[in-house]
Amino acid sequence: MVVAEKTYKHIWKLFEQIPDPEIPVLSILDLGIVRRITSEDDTIVITITPTYSGCPAMNLFEEDIIAKLKENNIMNVRVEMTYDPPWTTAWITDKARKGLEDYGIAPPVRGSQDKGELFKEGVKNVRCPLCKSTNTKVISQFGSTACKALYKCEDCLEPFDYFKCI
Amino acid sequence: MNTNLFKYCLRLGDNSLILGHRLAEYCSYGPYLEEDISITNTSLDLIGQAEAILKYAALVENAERTADDLAYRRPEIEFYNVQLVEQPNGNFAHLIARQFFIDAFNFYLYSALKESTDNTIASIAAKSLKEVTYHLRRSSEWVIRLGDGTSESKIKMQEAINDFWLYTFEMFEMDEVDEELITKAITVDLKPIQDLWNKKVDEILVMATLTRPEDGYMATGSRKGYHSEHLGYILAEMQYLPRAYPTAKW
Repeated sequence: MVVAEKTYKHIWKLFEQIPDPEIPVLSILDLGIVRRITSEDDTIVITITPTYSGCPAMNLFEEDIIAKLKENNIMNVRVEMTYDPPWTTAWITDKARKGLEDYGIAPPVRGSQDKGELFKEGVKNVRCPLCKSTNTKVISQFGSTACKALYKCEDCLEPFDYFKCI
Repeated sequence: MNTNLFKYCLRLGDNSLILGHRLAEYCSYGPYLEEDISITNTSLDLIGQAEAILKYAALVENAERTADDLAYRRPEIEFYNVQLVEQPNGNFAHLIARQFFIDAFNFYLYSALKESTDNTIASIAAKSLKEVTYHLRRSSEWVIRLGDGTSESKIKMQEAINDFWLYTFEMFEMDEVDEELITKAITVDLKPIQDLWNKKVDEILVMATLTRPEDGYMATGSRKGYHSEHLGYILAEMQYLPRAYPTAKW
């Protein structure tokens, strides 16, 4: 059976309704985790990639994807994992960047995926999601989840999460 | 099955798995909350990397074993991690010294392996490198901070560097596994990696005002599955549940 083009479109649309379990303002599409939707005979194959190798949300994504498609009468589904190309924060959409900031998480600073940046004193120009000051400093490179670092605003003094560039 | 490729995957996977387990043991013992979280985040990255490469090992072996079978059902003699990663956590300086040595190694190794002719190894290396870059940065900063810190922290950091020095040569040992895989450009000669590692270690030790230890007796044997007594204890804890309840599922 050939899967119709409109089925693919329908599935992509459905994925907008699956939130990230730890950052619920984002859908799995906003993060760029879903890489491909293909089919083998009558099975829909969804290829996803982890943000971090040990991301504990991956199993949940798989379950959520299968559940969401079942709800919509798409029964034959397989979820596969790929590491190539490796996930990068550059895939986070503009809408998602705004969503992150509104949620209280500073989005990744653009154009700093260069690993040289990692060996300086933390990323500069991280904007406080609360008072928007860029007078901030890194507290720890590792925050509440693998994908975040912990920063502090020197103006409003609030600590906040920063979504690390990788 | 390509036995050498299988063994090489186990080497990479076991290094990450065993160190990931060791770091998880430290959970709630970190010097303060943020650092405690850093340790377990690093552990999570390593266990994720181990899962990826052990999955590939299972595929290469093609013997109906899964990544979980390889992690939880293999005896000690079939583990190929370097003895460095199985060493006990000790004090915080020990944890950092061990981490720094392996992070620097992983950083240069994965930088090279991302050009591997084996696409799976190349993609896992590229993915892991992004994480290891953060790990190396953190452990380097701690070596410097403790070494160039108080008189007490300097003594502890130097002792930790000295205590683990004998386990650092094993990372660069090559055998017939490397010989075959290097000719196929699946993996790389570890000699240039060792040179880069030495340079990095020297650079950080100078910044930390610490002294590079003299080379003395150097541990060996993990390439053949020989380990220090510590690995058995780790496996006893790590493998207890799947061995006691073979049908248990997540």
